[in-house]
Amino acid sequence: MKLPVQLLIGAVLSVFFVAAALLSFIWVPHDVATLTISDKLQGPSPTYWLGTDHLGRDTLSMLMVGARTSIAVAIVAVGIGMAVGVPLGLMAAANRGSLIDEIIMRGNDLIFAFPSLVIAILITAVFGPSAVNAILAIGIFNIPVFARVTRGGALSIWTLDYILAARVAGKGRVRISVEHILPNILNLLIVQGTIQFSLGILAEAALSYVGLGAQPPTPSWGRMLAEAQTMIFTDARLAILPGLAIVAMVLGLNLMGDGLRDLTDPRVRRARA
Amino acid sequence: MLRFALTRFVSLTLSLLIASLVIFAVIEVIPGDPARYMLGINASEDAVAALREQLGLNDSLALRYLDWLGGMLTGDFGLSYTYKVPVSELVMQRLWVSLPLALYALALSTLIAIPVGLIAAARRGSAADYSIMGATQLGIAVPNFWFAMLLVLIFAVTLRWFSAGGFPGWDAGFWLGVKSLTLPAFALALPQASILARVMRSALIETLGEDYIRTARAKGLSRRQATVRHALRNAMIPVLTIIGLQFSFLLAGAIIIENVFYLPGLGRLIFQGITQRDLIVVESLVMLLVFAVILVTFLVDVAYAAVDPRLRRGR
Repeated sequence: MKLPVQLLIGAVLSVFFVAAALLSFIWVPHDVATLTISDKLQGPSPTYWLGTDHLGRDTLSMLMVGARTSIAVAIVAVGIGMAVGVPLGLMAAANRGSLIDEIIMRGNDLIFAFPSLVIAILITAVFGPSAVNAILAIGIFNIPVFARVTRGGALSIWTLDYILAARVAGKGRVRISVEHILPNILNLLIVQGTIQFSLGILAEAALSYVGLGAQPPTPSWGRMLAEAQTMIFTDARLAILPGLAIVAMVLGLNLMGDGLRDLTDPRVRRARA
Repeated sequence: MLRFALTRFVSLTLSLLIASLVIFAVIEVIPGDPARYMLGINASEDAVAALREQLGLNDSLALRYLDWLGGMLTGDFGLSYTYKVPVSELVMQRLWVSLPLALYALALSTLIAIPVGLIAAARRGSAADYSIMGATQLGIAVPNFWFAMLLVLIFAVTLRWFSAGGFPGWDAGFWLGVKSLTLPAFALALPQASILARVMRSALIETLGEDYIRTARAKGLSRRQATVRHALRNAMIPVLTIIGLQFSFLLAGAIIIENVFYLPGLGRLIFQGITQRDLIVVESLVMLLVFAVILVTFLVDVAYAAVDPRLRRGR
C-alpha cells in the first residue's frame, strides 16, 4: 500500500521539474535575459504568475531555466560518477583480493575521507567558478560511490552458479562482467543514481549560492537564493520560491529512489513494512 | 586491537600525505602571481621580484611543498598575504566561532535525533512513526542554507527574537555568543538530525528483531526494559559512527552557513582567501579541514573497534 504511493509521488514531482526544464528550452513566460526594471519586485499577477525579481525578471521563467541548470549539472555529475565508477567497481570485483582491487578501494576511501563540499569549493575556486567546474567537482565525489555500490553488488553475483557456468564455458572476466554482472546490478545502480542525482541538485544549489556555480546571466536556484537574501526584509517571496523548488525536486527524487529500492529489494520491503 | 589501531594510523598518515599533495598541486595551478596581487598592478617589477623572493615563491616546487608541510607540522602555517599576520593566528581567532558552531549543531542534531528515532522505532507503523518519517524525508531534502534563510525570516525578520546575523564575539558575554550561534546551529543541525533519526530508527528496529531481545522478553523483561537495556545499546553503534561522520559535514556545512549569517568563522576566511587570492590561507584551511575530518574518522573507527571486537578483523 505504502510502496506505490511513495514511488508515485516521487515520480510525479521529478517528472514535473524535468518537464518544466525541458519546456524552458522552447517556451518560457518571459525571456530571462531581458530586464524590465520598471516591473521590478512585483507580486504575483496575471502577467507575472509568480512575480518578478529586483531586476524585473519573471520569477517563474527564472525557476524554469534554473531547473534546467540544476538538472543538467546533477545529471552530468551522475554520468561522470557512473562512467568512471562502474567500470572501476566491476574491475575490482572481477579481481577480488588482487592488487587492483586494493588500489581501487583504497583510492575510494581516500576520496571519501575528503569533505566533499570543501574540495568542491577548492576546485571551483582554483579553476574559476562555472557550471562545468561545479559538474566536475560534484562528479568526482560520485565516482567512489558508484565504484563501491558496483563492487558490492558484483561480488554477490560472482558467487552464483551461473557465473561459474559462464566461466566453465570459457568466458573471460571482462565478458562476464559486461554480459552477466552488469545487467544484474543495474537496479542497484539506478537506485544509487537517483540518490546521487538528488544530492547533486543540493550540491549545485549550495555551490551556486556561494557564487561558485553557474555564472550570471544563467539563472540557477542557488543564485536566486543568494540574490534574494539581501532583499529578505523587503520581499520574502523571492527567498521562498527557489527554496521550495529545490526541496520539491530533491524530495521527489529521494521518494522515487526509496520507492525503486523497495520495489527491487524484497528484503528492505519486509524490514520497512 | 593495537595492530588494528596501528594499521589505521598508517592509512591515516598516508591519506593525509596524499591529501596534502593534492591540495598543494591544485593550489599551484591557480593562475596569477600572489606577489603582484599583493602589491597591486602599478608595482615595479623589482618590488614584485623582491617580494617573490621574500615569500619564497622562487624556490622549487618540491622545496616549497616540504617547507609548507614542515611548517604545518610545527604549527607554522605561514604568513597571510593580505592580512600580513600568521595564518595560525587567523585560524585560532576564527576557530572560536566555527568549532563552537559545529559542536553546538552536533549536540542539537543528536539531542533531536535520538529520542525522535527511538519513538519512531518503538511505535513502528503508528501515525507517530509515519509523521516522523515524513518529516525526516523533508528534512533531508531541505538545503541547510535555505533553512537558515527561513529561520532568519521567521525569528529575525518577523518575530525579532534573534538578530539576522553577525557575531558579537565571546568577549561580549557567553550567552550573547550562544544566542547569535543558535539560528545557525539549528540550520546546520536539521538536515543532519533527519539523517540521524532515520539511522537510529532502522538500527533500533534491527536490534529489536534479534534473538537476544526475544530471550530478554522471555525472561520477563517488559518491552520497554528490553528496548532500553539491550536493544538501545547495540543500536547505538551505527548511530555513533554516523555522529562521528556528521562532524565533518557540520564543519564543511558551517562554511556555507557562516555566509548566511555573516559569522566571522573559518568559512568566511576561506571565501575571503579565495577572492583575495590569499593562497596560503586557502591552502592551510582546506588542509586543516581535511585533517580534522580524517582524524575524526580515524578516532571513530578505533573507538568502534574497541567496543565491537568483530570489526577488528574486517579490514
